[in-house]
Amino acid sequence: MPVLIAHTISEATEILAENPDATILNGGTDLMVEVNFNHRHPSSVLLLRNVPQLREWSIDSSQQTITIGAGVPYAAMETGAIAAAVPALAQAARTVGSPQIRAAGTMGGNLGTCSPAGDTLPVLSALEATIHLSSQDGERTVPFGEFMVGPKKNSRLQHEIITAVTLPVTGNRQGYSKVGVRNAMVISVASACFAIVDDTPRLAMGSVGPTILRAVKAEKFLAEATKDLDNISDEIAREFGEIASTEARPIDDHRSTAQYRAHAIKVLASRLAVRGTAS
Amino acid sequence: MSTNEFYSLKVNGVDHHVSDAWIGESLLYVLRERLGLPGSKGACEQGECGSCTVFIDGAAVCSCLVMAASAVESEIATVEGLNADGTLTDVQEAFVTEGAVQCGFCTPGLVMAVHHLLDENDSPSELEVKEALSGNICRCTGYGRIFAAVDKVVAVRRGALS
Ligand SMILES: Cc1cc2nc3c(=O)[nH]c(=O)nc-3n(C[C@H](O)[C@H](O)[C@H](O)COP(=O)(O)OP(=O)(O)OC[C@H]3O[C@@H](n4cnc5c(N)ncnc54)[C@H](O)[C@@H]3O)c2cc1C
Ligand code: FES
Ligand code: FES
Repeated sequence: MPVLIAHTISEATEILAENPDATILNGGTDLMVEVNFNHRHPSSVLLLRNVPQLREWSIDSSQQTITIGAGVPYAAMETGAIAAAVPALAQAARTVGSPQIRAAGTMGGNLGTCSPAGDTLPVLSALEATIHLSSQDGERTVPFGEFMVGPKKNSRLQHEIITAVTLPVTGNRQGYSKVGVRNAMVISVASACFAIVDDTPRLAMGSVGPTILRAVKAEKFLAEATKDLDNISDEIAREFGEIASTEARPIDDHRSTAQYRAHAIKVLASRLAVRGTAS
Repeated sequence: MSTNEFYSLKVNGVDHHVSDAWIGESLLYVLRERLGLPGSKGACEQGECGSCTVFIDGAAVCSCLVMAASAVESEIATVEGLNADGTLTDVQEAFVTEGAVQCGFCTPGLVMAVHHLLDENDSPSELEVKEALSGNICRCTGYGRIFAAVDKVVAVRRGALS
């Protein structure tokens, strides 16, 4: 049977070690589009959807972190305890596709595809998430910044599966916004996640570069411009947005122009700096 | 490419055997072309239109994005199985009486999405209805009649109307 169904993580890594060419399938919302349109012809498939461990999540209150399994669907992140712990992730999850896509799609799949437009990725970048990988050789963790290495490229090895993501529970303001042609079912033209972590502002930008970009100059500006990050003036927020937009490296493509994307980043960054929800 | 696959799918409580299939076939394709269940419609085959909506283990998903051979351990429910005796459900009835059907292509998917919404939330707000149906595209009705049908079901289920 060329669809190999794993029920535990160790079973999954074993199957992958024995079938190094197997294509990993989770929610299928990226992979099946490619299969339906003949862009991909998998000869064998490793199904992760039936691994309960990958659909679990847990909060470590001593470490102030949350670890979310790679197979947790977006629908489960939109409300409830995950949303309370990482509001920016819930906001990002709610913008993905449609309810049908969010019922099936997962963060593991978003990371597997690693599109610069992937909606969870700016959140993982801003919060400096850790990606957990598992293989027959054991487990390893990679910071998000080293995981995504290019457009649709990541540092996962062929025989590894993404098992989970660990994020800090900051207890401070954070938010995610994206710009697209309409509200539902839209791939972002530009997106941004703003978060205050350890009293330091962070801004990550999506769809405006080959990977998710951190606006390091804007972050530095904001940290120096005010000590009161809960009350950022409109003027400082505007300048923060302007600096961020100079750090974007957008291109013209079928979805938008570089110029519009840079403008969108300016607006998103300055708005997020004054908005955001506390976790 | 692997061919000559044999597997079973449980659809609407009944086991169906699939043979001579390619593993990449979508559940939508297998339902329609191999199992004689053409209620789920295919328009985009990329998850955008919702006309292929089915329930997999209770979740409303696009069957065009489910690899059929991966669903062997799941309970699949399609529009054909809503009322097994073939009568209309209250949602289908309301679509008819409120004029929410024109060409009808989007209707099976919308009916599934509405059932799913109202099973989870018996009195959704306007925004909740719009968000819940945002994955189902209708080219004909302009959605007004569809929202009216949802309102009707909510009212009938509350006992406000009969
Ligand atoms: C109509 C539509 C709308 C969409 N809208 C959005 C949107 O608004 N925003 C957005 O970000 N995305 C969007 N997407 C893309 C997609 O839904 C997301 O990228 C989703 O997160 C993919 O998850 P999945 O579980 O369905 O992945 P799958 O399709 O199962 O897998 C995707 C890729 O990741 C690999 N993979 C999956 N899980 C693992 C794992 N655990 N370990 C290693 N590799 C793995 C697979 O091999 C594959 O290459 C949309 C897709 C569709 C069809
Ligand atoms: S055919 Fe599946 S969503 Fe359009
Ligand atoms: S009635 Fe024709 S697409 Fe909806």
